[in-house]
Amino acid sequence: MKIIVCIKQVPETTNVKIDPEKGTLIREGVDSIINPFDMYAIEEGLRIKERLGEGEVIIISMGPPQAEQALREAISMGADSAVLITDRKLAGSDTWATSYTLARAIEKIGDYNLILCGKQAIDGDTAQVGPGISSWLDIPQVTYVKKIRQITKDKAVVERMTEEGFDVIETPLPALFTVVKEINEPRLPSLKGKLRAKKMEIPVWGVEDLGLEDDKIGLNGSPTRVVKIFTPPPREKGMILKGQPQEAVDKLVEKLKDVVIR
Amino acid sequence: MIRVIKEKCTGCGLCIKVCPFSAISKTSDNKVEIDVTKCNLCSACISACKLSAIVIEREEEKKDFSQYKNVWVFAEQKRGVIQPVVYELLGKGRELADRLRSQLWAILLGYRIRDQAQELIYRGADKVIVVEDLLLENFLDEPYTQVLVDLIQKYKPEILLAGATTIGRALVSRVAVKVHAGLTADCTGLEIDSEERLLLQTRPAFGGNIMATIITPNHRPQMATVRHKVMKEAKVDSKRKGEVEVLNYDGKLGSRTKLIDMIDEVGKTVNLAEADIIVSGGRGLGKAENFRIIEELAEVLGAAVGASRAAVDAGWISYAHQVGQTGRTVCPKLYIACGISGQIQHLVGMQSSDIIVAINKDPEAPIFKVADYGIVGDLFEIVPLLTKRFKEVLKR
Repeated sequence: MKIIVCIKQVPETTNVKIDPEKGTLIREGVDSIINPFDMYAIEEGLRIKERLGEGEVIIISMGPPQAEQALREAISMGADSAVLITDRKLAGSDTWATSYTLARAIEKIGDYNLILCGKQAIDGDTAQVGPGISSWLDIPQVTYVKKIRQITKDKAVVERMTEEGFDVIETPLPALFTVVKEINEPRLPSLKGKLRAKKMEIPVWGVEDLGLEDDKIGLNGSPTRVVKIFTPPPREKGMILKGQPQEAVDKLVEKLKDVVIR
Repeated sequence: MIRVIKEKCTGCGLCIKVCPFSAISKTSDNKVEIDVTKCNLCSACISACKLSAIVIEREEEKKDFSQYKNVWVFAEQKRGVIQPVVYELLGKGRELADRLRSQLWAILLGYRIRDQAQELIYRGADKVIVVEDLLLENFLDEPYTQVLVDLIQKYKPEILLAGATTIGRALVSRVAVKVHAGLTADCTGLEIDSEERLLLQTRPAFGGNIMATIITPNHRPQMATVRHKVMKEAKVDSKRKGEVEVLNYDGKLGSRTKLIDMIDEVGKTVNLAEADIIVSGGRGLGKAENFRIIEELAEVLGAAVGASRAAVDAGWISYAHQVGQTGRTVCPKLYIACGISGQIQHLVGMQSSDIIVAINKDPEAPIFKVADYGIVGDLFEIVPLLTKRFKEVLKR
């Protein structure tokens, strides 16, 4: 069972604050972390391997050179190997170009049974790269997977979270799943794992290694373009309703009456 | 690539403050430089620079898109019911189509579903394309992709909108790759640049801490998923006329995945994404049984029940109810947070709600910073009083 997990290194959003006076982003001493949803993907990969008693978990990430740190962290959790995809020419890739690049890297690894991604990254929140990859590879996809009921090398039965509950879906493998938080609780790295991660050699692949077409990558290969970035207008200052509980409640209901009567 | 025009740069440092990737720094000659290994080309610095001293240069090639016409809305249905977000998309889509002087089409995939096409016309569609097939009865990624890709290639829409739902996001991401279109996720604002015929797509990023406006200049269709509850629902006009075209893909569709079962867990309560009102409970509730008081208030208001991560992690309520960074992002007309302190991870999931009410015993709780109305007090006293008072007002 060969499982490839795609991860992204993201800024820890808890540290992203807005300067209330200037309305700008303050990012002092910001740490980079593995995208939280990708942690569930890594963990699920490891669990499938353990469940089947055999297999290989390979982590890939596309990003700047420092994304290597995220890959080492995944190794320390127990992944077998990792590949970093980095190249100046990839900067500015949107989800279309990113999914193309990752799909080519996955093809280069080859012979996979399962691809796992987090449901979305917490910086961009698009949820588009996972399905994009399966589209490039032309393999089945199941998004928002909350449970893998059964899995073998060539078939899986999974639960897909929906707005109302969940769907039960059977799919042949190879396939791509994106996973949600409910699927598991990621383990902490072990000391042994940390030592392994420190020594592990992580291959770096660039545009030439992957034979990527120039018009499909980076800024020039991205159909979408950001034209403006701004901070949303701050919410107007709220009002604390004072007085005895009954009094405060009466005031609140008065304020909300028009909203709740439909 | 990105570069600083040194002659224009005064070293004011505005760009350094806005860079989400800490990629910009001062140089010894009091200008700035960009570390390209850290830069993500997000263009935040370009928006911030008052002197136009930072530019991103790219190879441009203007294409002819005159064959691409009309605004399309993907009319998502579940169990044969058209989803409410579709009517919001039709409302916005009508406005966009009028600005472009083109037509608004709705695309309805399902099985024995053609009767519902009329409702889409009443809500503003000029034409509805209906595709009926047993494989389209419920959403399956592959046949839905196959049909939508085929329709796009055949009819060449200028714009395609879908709801930012679990189905919408999975489907159009797959479609966009196949038709080489630009796709923008979870938009909260859509406008038209009528001169360039561009869709200006505005969406939150970094959990709503910044907003980005995105365009697709050189590819068609321009595709976007749209957040629930942001756009105004189209009104019904039963005098409207329109065309319905029913298409058949007899035997041409296939799916490797198989839908075995659909489980409805939310039951009689409203689903979070579609809810106009959400009543949420957090750590302050203390134990699972106490969610009862949240549910009682929700029931009176016809609201959905939400929860903070703390409450979900404690096992008091299922993950389906979690609002916030690792749960759902919601945008209701009214959000009532009870016993939720307001960690940033929670705030990013609900701060774009129209009206926020916070009930918490700690006056310093961060939730009060985003709340329009706050009551400092014991939620076990306040919430039942609120339920009782609303019952009287609403005569329920």
